[in-house]
Amino acid sequence: MASVLDDRITLRYGAGGRAMRTLIREVLTAGLARDDGADEVGLAAMDDGAAIRVGDRWLVVTTDSHVIKPAFFPGGDIGRLAVSGTVNDLAMMGATDVLALTCAVVIEEGFAREDLVRIQRSIRDACAEAGAAIVTGDTKVMGRGEIDGIVLNTTGIALTDAVVRDCGLRAGDRLIVTGTLGDHGMAVMARRHGLELEADLRSDVAPINALIRAVLAAAPGAVVAMKDPTRGGVASALHEMAEKSGVGIVIDETALPVRAEVRAAAELLGIDPLHVANEGKAVLGVRPEAVDAVLAALRAQPLGEHAAVVGRCTADRVGAIVLDTGFGRRLVAEPEGELLPRIC
Amino acid sequence: MNPADPGVSELKFRDPARGRALSDTLARVTTEIGRAPVSIMHVCGSHEQAIARFGLRATLPRGLNVIMGPGCPVCITDVPEVDEGVVLARMGVRVATYGDMVKVPGTSLSLADAQAEGARIDVVYSVAHAVELARSIDEPLVFFATGFETTAVATAAAILDDPPPNFFVLSAHKYIPPVMEIVAEMPDTRVEGFLAAGHAATITGWGVFEPFVERHGIPVVVAGFEPLDILGGLVRLVELVRDRRATVENMFPRCVTKEGNLRAQEALWRVFRPIGGRWRGIAHVPNGNLRLRDAFAHVDARRRFDIDMRTLWDFAPAALTSECICGDIMAGIKSPHDCALFGKACVPGSPVGACMVSSEGTCRIWHQYGGHPDLGAPAERSSGGFCAR
Amino acid sequence: MCLGVPGKVISVDGWIAVVDFWGVRKQIRLDVVDEAVEPGDYILNHVGYAIRRIPTEDIAATLALYEELLRHAAQEDDLMATDVRGEIDGAGHEPR
Repeated sequence: MASVLDDRITLRYGAGGRAMRTLIREVLTAGLARDDGADEVGLAAMDDGAAIRVGDRWLVVTTDSHVIKPAFFPGGDIGRLAVSGTVNDLAMMGATDVLALTCAVVIEEGFAREDLVRIQRSIRDACAEAGAAIVTGDTKVMGRGEIDGIVLNTTGIALTDAVVRDCGLRAGDRLIVTGTLGDHGMAVMARRHGLELEADLRSDVAPINALIRAVLAAAPGAVVAMKDPTRGGVASALHEMAEKSGVGIVIDETALPVRAEVRAAAELLGIDPLHVANEGKAVLGVRPEAVDAVLAALRAQPLGEHAAVVGRCTADRVGAIVLDTGFGRRLVAEPEGELLPRIC
Repeated sequence: MNPADPGVSELKFRDPARGRALSDTLARVTTEIGRAPVSIMHVCGSHEQAIARFGLRATLPRGLNVIMGPGCPVCITDVPEVDEGVVLARMGVRVATYGDMVKVPGTSLSLADAQAEGARIDVVYSVAHAVELARSIDEPLVFFATGFETTAVATAAAILDDPPPNFFVLSAHKYIPPVMEIVAEMPDTRVEGFLAAGHAATITGWGVFEPFVERHGIPVVVAGFEPLDILGGLVRLVELVRDRRATVENMFPRCVTKEGNLRAQEALWRVFRPIGGRWRGIAHVPNGNLRLRDAFAHVDARRRFDIDMRTLWDFAPAALTSECICGDIMAGIKSPHDCALFGKACVPGSPVGACMVSSEGTCRIWHQYGGHPDLGAPAERSSGGFCAR
Repeated sequence: MCLGVPGKVISVDGWIAVVDFWGVRKQIRLDVVDEAVEPGDYILNHVGYAIRRIPTEDIAATLALYEELLRHAAQEDDLMATDVRGEIDGAGHEPR
């Protein structure tokens, strides 16, 4: 496929899909990647974070900027999102014991101090849940209109003995999701577009490092790929995992755990729950013999209550995500651009 | 969850076991016709969406060709109509429209392109939402109205409900029945039956197809949108083709009656008049376009604003558009796989034609869901499935 | 266009109804529905307007339609053979 980069950066380049990866690969990381070699998982890998060998351990580092609108949404806010997002990215690399976090804020002139206090409290609470601490940061204020509300950037570092990549799948492996899908994205979308949907739609935003720690301990070596399905949803995560691993994936639609309200809201808006962002979930690639142990470890914790096996890897149709609907089969596309409600 | 609850019984229209049984019946009846392929056409983007989304294409019998005709309201919105919206937006007028419409290319620019240059475009879920928006601002708000008759009914209702004076409508609404005539009369057409859209028929009634059936001797079955509705509708249609019966049958009785919704029809025809017009890729469709009647000139964006299309002449049309075969695809003559651009130069992220832009466009749907994928039969259920209903 | 399940009316206030779709509530306008709508009724929604009140008995009727189709098709398998097939062959219909 021809790589088509426009002269001006439009919103689709931030949406987490193919366009964004093309931009990253062809513009942002051009000439930057050093030879990854055996001692580094770096830019070329485009994994959830980077890993650098230090002695006989790995130092994992990840960074995120958070620009979510609205800053406060049902189930959380930008502060909780910032901490959870970074902690979860570290966890997705297998680094569940956070060494430290940083937090930089850029605030628009006129932002309410009360809101800032609320956000800071959320950050504190999320850190406590994750067993993480913010050790340094930065503060900037920009003029009214020069930035929209508030932007947070968090960086996280952690040490781990073993790095879990997103490319380790092989035919026969099973795919497990740690809980219900689409909660975060639907909650935010309903708010954002003023869709006046009254429903119990709440973001699932939460740090899941403790959950992942339990899984890795219960089945050492058997979790061969992990990804958190944020922008672009489970569809995006599966596409990346399949492509990088060189496998095909078949998903059983009837096995996907989706709350009734999320399903209804998504249907009303013509949106596929597989394309919707999650902020407290993981997609795990697991060796078949370890599935029971992983499920048991997940379901033993509140955040993993609705964990389910949703699919398996195949040797054929590499890179394709096939959905078995119960009536037939179809492909799951990679989401492109911002999700917009359809005529409905 | 009470099984007697109608909301729950509606779930039965998604029962996979019945679905598979209907699929088997469809295959059997198709074989009984004894010649292949049998081509039937539907004219509704939502039908194609449903067919694709539930993976039904993978189970259709080889001898049955289910073609999507010009049923994507956004796709058949003609280039000049999109340009009208783009010109307004670039004039500084605030435009509200359905999500799908934002990325459809006009001569060279879409509303999204105009937005990237600073125009104000609001995505709305309902025309009522656009009216509320107009009420909350002082400047004019133009609702770029697209969609077929079912959607036009909503626009009509909004116009009749005393909208604020700064609310205007740019109507690009379309009316489906006339285009069925065109397709039936096309020299290349092989269509032997039509699956009609259940929601449109809820408004117009199924009686509206009787003259068509009499004139062309082609059966029409009205179907809903759940998997069982679609499979059941297809089975019935193929049976009619097999029995050579040219008649209209209603397989969506829970929503469709012979006369339809008279109140909605009254609102529709009070506000709109049908005129001939071009549909993207299908030349002229008599009575296929809906425009505001003179009595509603005060709401008509075309009369309120001087929409000068010449402002777009500085932009050269994209070079690839000459290779775009959206027109043939929408007429059901070709499929996306016949297009040299499909999946290569023309993809959702950088669409060349309208069929790839709209979520109801054939190309977009095929690109998203795989078209006629050879994906095999549904597999064994995987263990440990849990659905939090 | 909306593929949703029918929504259940929770309350009606003039031309506006609050409708529940599997736990998600939306305000739906009643301007163009051709029957009086009351709480407890099911409606078909299109872009925020109710276009049909769905009589509950019709849902069962449609399901029965499909059962009939399946039953009929099974029977036809036996009856079909000679009669209609002969007719089709006799018409000299060429495969396309």
